[in-house]
Amino acid sequence: MLPRRRSAPASSAAGSTPAPAGEGEKWWPGGIPVRPRGSHYSGMEFADFIRTPKCDRVVLHQPLCPPLDGTLCITGHHFIFSSRQEEAQEVWVLHRMIDGVERRPNGMMGGAVAVKCKDLRVLVLDIYGVEEFNNIAHTLETLSNVDDIRLAYPFFFRSNLGGEDDWSEFSTEHEFSKLILSSDEWRISHLNSDFKVCESYPRSVVVPSSVTDEELIRVALFRHGGRFPVLSYRHDKGSILLRSSQPMTGNQRRCREDEKLINAALGSSGQKGYIIDTRTQNLAMSAKNRGGGYEPESHYPQWRRVHKPIDRQAAQLDSLQRLVDGLSDTAQGMDRWLGRLVSSNWMSHVKDTLNCACLVAQCLDQEVTSVLVHGADGMDSTLQVSSLAQLILNPDCRTIRGFQALVEREWLQAGHPFTSRHRHSVFAPAASRDRYQGVAPSFLLFLDCVWQVTNQFVTSFQFNDAFLLDLFQHSYASQYGTFLGDNVCEREQVQLRERTCSLWSHMNSVEVLPRYLNPLYEPNKRVIWPSVAPMSLTLWPGLYLRWTVDLSAQRAALARAHEIHAEHGQLRAKASKLRRRLQELQQEAVRRDLLQLAVSPDAN
Amino acid sequence: MEIIKKPKVEKVRMLERFTAVEPAPGTLYLTATHLIFVDPRNKKETWISHMHIASVEKLPLTPGGSPLLVRCKNFRSATFVIQREPDCHDIYTSLLQLSQPVELQDLYCFQYTPRSTELRQEEGWNIYNLRDDFRRMGVPNSAWTLTDINESYEVCDTYPPLLAVPAAASTAVLIGCARFRSKGRLPVLSYRHHNQASICRCSQPLSGFKARCLEDEQMLELVRMTNPSDKLMYVVDTRPKINAMANRASGKGYENESFYQNIKFHFFGIENIHVMRHSLSKLVETCESKTSAMSSFLSGLEASGWLRHIRTTLEAAQFVASSVEAGTTVLVHCSDGWDRTSQTCGLAELLLDPYYRSLHGFQALIERVWLAHGHKFTDRCGFIQQDPKEISPIFTQFVEAVWQLTQLQPQAFQFNERYLLTLHDHVFSCQFGTFIGNCHKDRQDLRLSERTYSLWGYMAHHRNEYLNPLYDPTLHPGCLKVNLAPQTIRFWRGMYTRFEFGVHPRDSLAEVTGCLSDHNSSLRDHIRLMEKRIAQLESRLNNAADGENHGGADSTSGTEKLSERRHIHDQVNANLQLPPLTADQLTRELDSVAIEWASPRGVRECSCTTAFDHFSKKFHCWRCGEIFCQRCLDRCLRLPGHLGGDPAPVCRPCYRLLTSSQSIDSQTT
Repeated sequence: MLPRRRSAPASSAAGSTPAPAGEGEKWWPGGIPVRPRGSHYSGMEFADFIRTPKCDRVVLHQPLCPPLDGTLCITGHHFIFSSRQEEAQEVWVLHRMIDGVERRPNGMMGGAVAVKCKDLRVLVLDIYGVEEFNNIAHTLETLSNVDDIRLAYPFFFRSNLGGEDDWSEFSTEHEFSKLILSSDEWRISHLNSDFKVCESYPRSVVVPSSVTDEELIRVALFRHGGRFPVLSYRHDKGSILLRSSQPMTGNQRRCREDEKLINAALGSSGQKGYIIDTRTQNLAMSAKNRGGGYEPESHYPQWRRVHKPIDRQAAQLDSLQRLVDGLSDTAQGMDRWLGRLVSSNWMSHVKDTLNCACLVAQCLDQEVTSVLVHGADGMDSTLQVSSLAQLILNPDCRTIRGFQALVEREWLQAGHPFTSRHRHSVFAPAASRDRYQGVAPSFLLFLDCVWQVTNQFVTSFQFNDAFLLDLFQHSYASQYGTFLGDNVCEREQVQLRERTCSLWSHMNSVEVLPRYLNPLYEPNKRVIWPSVAPMSLTLWPGLYLRWTVDLSAQRAALARAHEIHAEHGQLRAKASKLRRRLQELQQEAVRRDLLQLAVSPDAN
Repeated sequence: MEIIKKPKVEKVRMLERFTAVEPAPGTLYLTATHLIFVDPRNKKETWISHMHIASVEKLPLTPGGSPLLVRCKNFRSATFVIQREPDCHDIYTSLLQLSQPVELQDLYCFQYTPRSTELRQEEGWNIYNLRDDFRRMGVPNSAWTLTDINESYEVCDTYPPLLAVPAAASTAVLIGCARFRSKGRLPVLSYRHHNQASICRCSQPLSGFKARCLEDEQMLELVRMTNPSDKLMYVVDTRPKINAMANRASGKGYENESFYQNIKFHFFGIENIHVMRHSLSKLVETCESKTSAMSSFLSGLEASGWLRHIRTTLEAAQFVASSVEAGTTVLVHCSDGWDRTSQTCGLAELLLDPYYRSLHGFQALIERVWLAHGHKFTDRCGFIQQDPKEISPIFTQFVEAVWQLTQLQPQAFQFNERYLLTLHDHVFSCQFGTFIGNCHKDRQDLRLSERTYSLWGYMAHHRNEYLNPLYDPTLHPGCLKVNLAPQTIRFWRGMYTRFEFGVHPRDSLAEVTGCLSDHNSSLRDHIRLMEKRIAQLESRLNNAADGENHGGADSTSGTEKLSERRHIHDQVNANLQLPPLTADQLTRELDSVAIEWASPRGVRECSCTTAFDHFSKKFHCWRCGEIFCQRCLDRCLRLPGHLGGDPAPVCRPCYRLLTSSQSIDSQTT
């Protein structure tokens, strides 16, 4: 268990963080070589890690760009490269964005440091001088492996956007107010307000009114990690989507309260509900040995259990790694590339995930029956499926604000462990994999699926590619605190709300928001059914190919399409205006007898 | 007609793979030209031209009836479940005969007459001729001349009568050289770039292991000398080296670098027609596969090798284009110089010259590179009963390679995906005479230009449907740069799974942008008219105000003056050949152009209940702004609200409304 002690508020913008003694083990799981001295460390002490803060005569190789000469500066949170060339260019990279650092020494000359980033970009720095080379590589390695989220950049960053930093958006109470008001079958329970019942759940959750908090506590004991079934979404037609973790049935354990809770979601329709398990039947069976399992039919007669497998997170990471390996090589043959694409299996994950979400949406919308989704711990595939199903069903989720609310509700509040999952990515050295247990691209897979749907319904989404890309980027490394921490409890411990800025406030500011708007958006009230046929799904070029090939022609074409759209709006407005003006003139002219009604027979 | 034993079968179901729609019983009709399936419940009509049918297969009997699998050359694969087995057999035997005529004379184009009277028979046949295309390249000039040595097809019966050859080449050289080339296909000019480098094409030399021909060597030297800027010339053999070497055993082969001066030899491993045929059939198998697993689809795609072949072809073309751009002349050949050579030359010229990326230029390119220089369309496309080994998707590959280029450079081409698909459809449909025959001589012998309609004529009437709204020729004024990294070459869903209605995007950028762009041009024209009318009325009102001010004391003369002025105005208008402006006319003008157009999204069918699919364009009536299918929107009219004179598409009710009001007008005047 995490210590529950609230730390003292930050005293200054520099953000010194008091760290209680004894917490070191928790916050430095990998045991990085440099230990903080004493119990008090601050941003200033990053200087201790920085062996060479500034280095001249560095050559930066970026993908798709000519090499740049310049100066490298390393600060506590970034490395900054500034070019000496005419049009001064600066490249800023957050240390947290660095996934792996590869040293390519070159004898007495120094060497090259390949900085592999979590956004799949690889930057190479040619450094002159052996000492500088070693120092820089070491510094970057150390700083990119600082795991304490309280040392993360958001705690040191102050937004210069004038707008209000609003963390209170998307509260459970607010998001579900409509539902609670419209139906007395559901209530907001605060039983988890001290995070004791379920560490990874938020303070308040929506549960059936007929189930008491005492019963909920018993259900929580029966579910993996205490993640008892909670309401995720109520469809317009009245069907309910619940999500949870696997039941700890083990060897024949049973929990009447659990049965009561989920049966409450069926209402009085008498219709069977669906339990959608995102594991294979075999995996669900073998989970029994470790105390887990699935809902047996004998105890859940009102439910039909369907296994719709989505591969485990570790497999997803391997897939992504193989995919990324294939991306950088543009000289390979066609067959080799396709072979790598097939064997990476990434597209299969995309398809499986979408497929499962479509099934859930189908049950909710077409069979109008309630659904419970879970996998094993209910923090990855469960959330992918529950959020994608909402994207398909609920038009609100296809707006920018609605999508933010969805991410907030189904990912951040629901306890997807972002910090653990995004501590590293595909470039982490294989040797240290064990250190990074729990690393997985679940959120990326979700964003990929979202992109596939937006690609099939180009006018139904208020947001564009850039919005999804920025979410991807910020979920790995950011100046905003939103994606820090593994769950609400952890975020409250480090006082995220008080001490960091919210990504949503940034994204929704008047300066930034226009970048994310899809000009072709027309609100679409319908349910949108994406095609999951293999030929309908494509590799997301904006994300995977942006460092491999120059996509400027495609971007320019899209920009032209947007121009045509903008022109259309202007022309329509102008035509309406002129038409009104002309009608006025017409009336005026007729009134003053300057215009005949029709051509009189004697006119000619 | 005795071939058709059963013109109509009831209670037939058509199976689909990727849609949730339950197959509903419908009626299957067999006509002289089409197989038609009508599904009244889902309001779907499926028309399959007999000429499009590649194969018909009876599948094992099922409880629901007897399934008949019809595979088409445009990659439709339809399974009809027919209740009674004898009916199925009758349809099967009829289709076998109807889809494979014995004689070219039996092809559809010799019976086809268009429904609309707009298209005249002679239209389209005279749009392109070789002389114009060569003139555009600056040929003839001091280096190149146009010769009629092949006027009676004696030198080479698969070449056109007009050939562009080096001006310095004597008849003896030309004839001697032709004898040394397979099928007499001597090196001729295909394209001359503005920097004097050029692309020439020919067939393989009959060199065997050591034969040589002085005229041929001389000819290549003369070709090289047409380009003073480079001492070298490239000879590109598009075949894999091993194939070229194997050909030497049969007395053919490739140029020996030691016999020919100043040439540099390059092989490009584009496989032969048989490999391509197999590759395509594997691709089609993958697309038809019953399993919908991602990995089996992708590995099927990989195993087919199809995209590899497309990429190799594009790479060869890119090499040729960049060599020419850099000032080196390239001579391209393969075996006979009509398959791979046509692909490579066609694509290279498309990359080099922006003209060929326009709609008009692209058709000129096809006329010259494919039709005039003898790509064997009849054999390769299997129009009639023949040796199936001659069939190969060479032109399909070309069309796909062009599509890949349009994806890599979306603003460089004037035409859109629908254009490429329509072109591909009609190459196989045999509805038009354009692609019938194996060479220029065949087409002349068949008198196609007198007896059949031209595809180019038909397409000219539908030009608006084929335009790429994003086209901007100013972005790529010269040679087109593309990155052919394998990651950028994609499976063409729109072609190979075009008829799987479930797999396409529900609303595509192209469709939305196309509609907006059409509407923009309507609005722009309307705005121009309104601005003019406003100016007219304002000046009239101002003049009247002036008049009132001047003659304020004498009101009666004021009105007289007014009507006088109006009269003068009308006269001015009459001088400008404008009808006198009236309030009625103004109202009519305003009424004739829609400011709001219906959104194409979610529109599933036309008001005539014809269902829209991914491929069919949703047409807007420019007067009322509603959406119609192509059949319902077949009228064009000059709208009173437009200043420009171009006729705009209008729906039938609007057409009646507009024409009746005009006739009333003309009666009154």
